[in-house]
Amino acid sequence: MNTSVTIAGVTMKNPVTTASGTFGSGQEYSKFVDLNRLGAVTTKGVAIVPWEGNETVRIAETYGGMLNAIGLQNPGVDVFLERDLPFLKQYDTKVIVNVCGHSVDEYVECVKRLSEAPVDLLEINISCPNVKQGGITFGTAPKMAELVTRKVKEAAAQPVIMKLTPNVTDITEIARAVEAGGADGISLINTLTGMKIDTKTRKFVLANQTGGLSGPAIHPVAVRMCYQVHKAVGLPIIGMGGIMNAQDALEMILAGATMVAAGTVNFVEPDATVKIIEGIEAYMEENHIDEISSLVGAVED
Amino acid sequence: MEKTVGKILRQDALGGNVFSMEIEAPEVASQAGAGQFVNVYTKDASKLLPRPISFCGFDADKGTIRLVYRVTGKGTGTEEFSSLGAGDRISLVGPLGNGFPLLNGTPLLIGGGIGIPPMLALGKNFYERTGRRVRFVLGYRGLPLFLKEEFEPYGDVFVSTDDGSGGTHGTVIDAVKENGLSADILYACGPVPMLRGVKALSQEWGITAYLSMEGRMACGVGACLACVCKTTKTDAHSKVKNARVCVDGPVFKAEEVDLS
Ligand SMILES: Cc1cc2nc3c(=O)[nH]c(=O)nc-3n(C[C@H](O)[C@H](O)[C@H](O)COP(=O)(O)OP(=O)(O)OC[C@H]3O[C@@H](n4cnc5c(N)ncnc54)[C@H](O)[C@@H]3O)c2cc1C
Ligand SMILES: Cc1cc2nc3c(=O)[nH]c(=O)nc-3n(C[C@H](O)[C@H](O)[C@H](O)COP(=O)(O)O)c2cc1C
Ligand code: FES
Repeated sequence: MNTSVTIAGVTMKNPVTTASGTFGSGQEYSKFVDLNRLGAVTTKGVAIVPWEGNETVRIAETYGGMLNAIGLQNPGVDVFLERDLPFLKQYDTKVIVNVCGHSVDEYVECVKRLSEAPVDLLEINISCPNVKQGGITFGTAPKMAELVTRKVKEAAAQPVIMKLTPNVTDITEIARAVEAGGADGISLINTLTGMKIDTKTRKFVLANQTGGLSGPAIHPVAVRMCYQVHKAVGLPIIGMGGIMNAQDALEMILAGATMVAAGTVNFVEPDATVKIIEGIEAYMEENHIDEISSLVGAVED
Repeated sequence: MEKTVGKILRQDALGGNVFSMEIEAPEVASQAGAGQFVNVYTKDASKLLPRPISFCGFDADKGTIRLVYRVTGKGTGTEEFSSLGAGDRISLVGPLGNGFPLLNGTPLLIGGGIGIPPMLALGKNFYERTGRRVRFVLGYRGLPLFLKEEFEPYGDVFVSTDDGSGGTHGTVIDAVKENGLSADILYACGPVPMLRGVKALSQEWGITAYLSMEGRMACGVGACLACVCKTTKTDAHSKVKNARVCVDGPVFKAEEVDLS
């Protein structure tokens, strides 16, 4: 049985990674999970300088999901390189570094700082507000998404995965744009923008008013977008959004994901990632599947 | 560490929507400290996030922990917890957080509202460690004065109530002043306005105060950055002016946190 998958020339022992921002730098969950078991660890978004993040309250529970408006708080890429990356390198797992920025230059600078580092893949979060353009996100305009991809590709030493936001009319349009910009792969989905109001106080629950919805409530949306993007472009996909168990992960793989990421489920089951891997292995055994890659996009049309 | 399933040994209503739950969870109990908490999970699959609840007590020999919590409303996770009884199972992760340091000197332990329960664990620890009774100031909204008698074996209890139904009519700080209390170190858990008062008191007296902070949590282990509180200086881990309540806290020195 072969559970390994390859994305942009990087081979991972199994198709399961962590969704950025839900697993810290890996260190925080290492007391629950043997990181050696994971195909890869995807780290919290990192920027060229430290970001304060949003005011609190930053999260809210919703029916079958949660809203978050952390605001991409991070200690900056220098601290990441000195402290977090050496910790991860003690483990036999691949490292995917998620990068955020407020401008094309910030993405490029951050990616350059990572170029010498022992990082396997870069995942570029284009759900960030573009400060120079009044705060609209890079990932909602095809031209901008293509431009960021091209500039990052020029500067990057590692393969570049573009992480798409689902808050668009046509996800395939953005997928084609990043493919045209030279992306090596696509991650999706980031969170869906939502809002929660406290009827007692008549105030927004989140200090930021809006937040990103994640968790099982968004899973069908993620599966649909994964399927559409897999049909539209030829790039490998890291599929995520509401994966709670092996069945959800397999669904995403059948829809077209080469690899999957577990996010919010870590808050529910701290060792969910390992359980998902075990569940995938059990499914392969039961169904006599030798290669996990044979399931990618294998849903019958 | 792992998510464990504890067995509920008893559940008691203490009045005023406050409940006390004793749980058999030997692994958790053997590592528990005052000021630490557990993340408690509901059985409702639509409610994903854990509820952080502090230890009101723990007994490593018996392998038990005690949680005292308030039901916050209809359809909430805490309401579900209150419906459980002896023999039922409950999922939890812990102990989490740093806890209160037991320092030398005369302590004054101040609890407000649902910040009262963890002070019982701390008072008991002090009493067992030093053999000396401590002093507690407990601030309630009004009656019932839940847990009050349980503090009495470990020290002198001074009470304040918002509505004047017991003790000093006013805040915990009013009770401290009215009773002419003094201390070398302050320990406090309660709502932010109360913590602000305790911080001001510690500055007035020129002594150290340890404050237990609250925050909305998702992971409880320092990964998600949901629970942060503002700090006065750049935090060593985050490199910005905030710290994670779940791992860097919940207990902070008063001068470290920005309560403004
Ligand atoms: C370190 C720490 C220790 C605590 N110790 C105690 C204790 O000993 N006893 C006690 O009664 N309460 C304690 N609390 C507060 C307790 O966590 C909340 O009252 C509880 O989570 C509310 O959940 P619910 O199911 O009643 O409400 P819901 O409305 O169903 O909760 C929805 C979501 O919001 C979160 N939430 C709502 N209110 C709060 C709050 N005030 N603080 C944090 N999260 C909240 C819940 O955890 C949940 O994720 C503590 C909080 C923290 C951070
Ligand atoms: C608390 C939290 C923080 C997140 N932080 C980031 C981040 O820094 N960068 C990023 O690209 N995505 C971030 N995400 C989005 C997740 O990586 C993921 O795309 C999304 O949550 C959907 O997956 P899930 O439903 O399994 O959580 C965050 C999500 C959550 C819940
Ligand atoms: S709750 Fe996730 S960092 Fe504290």
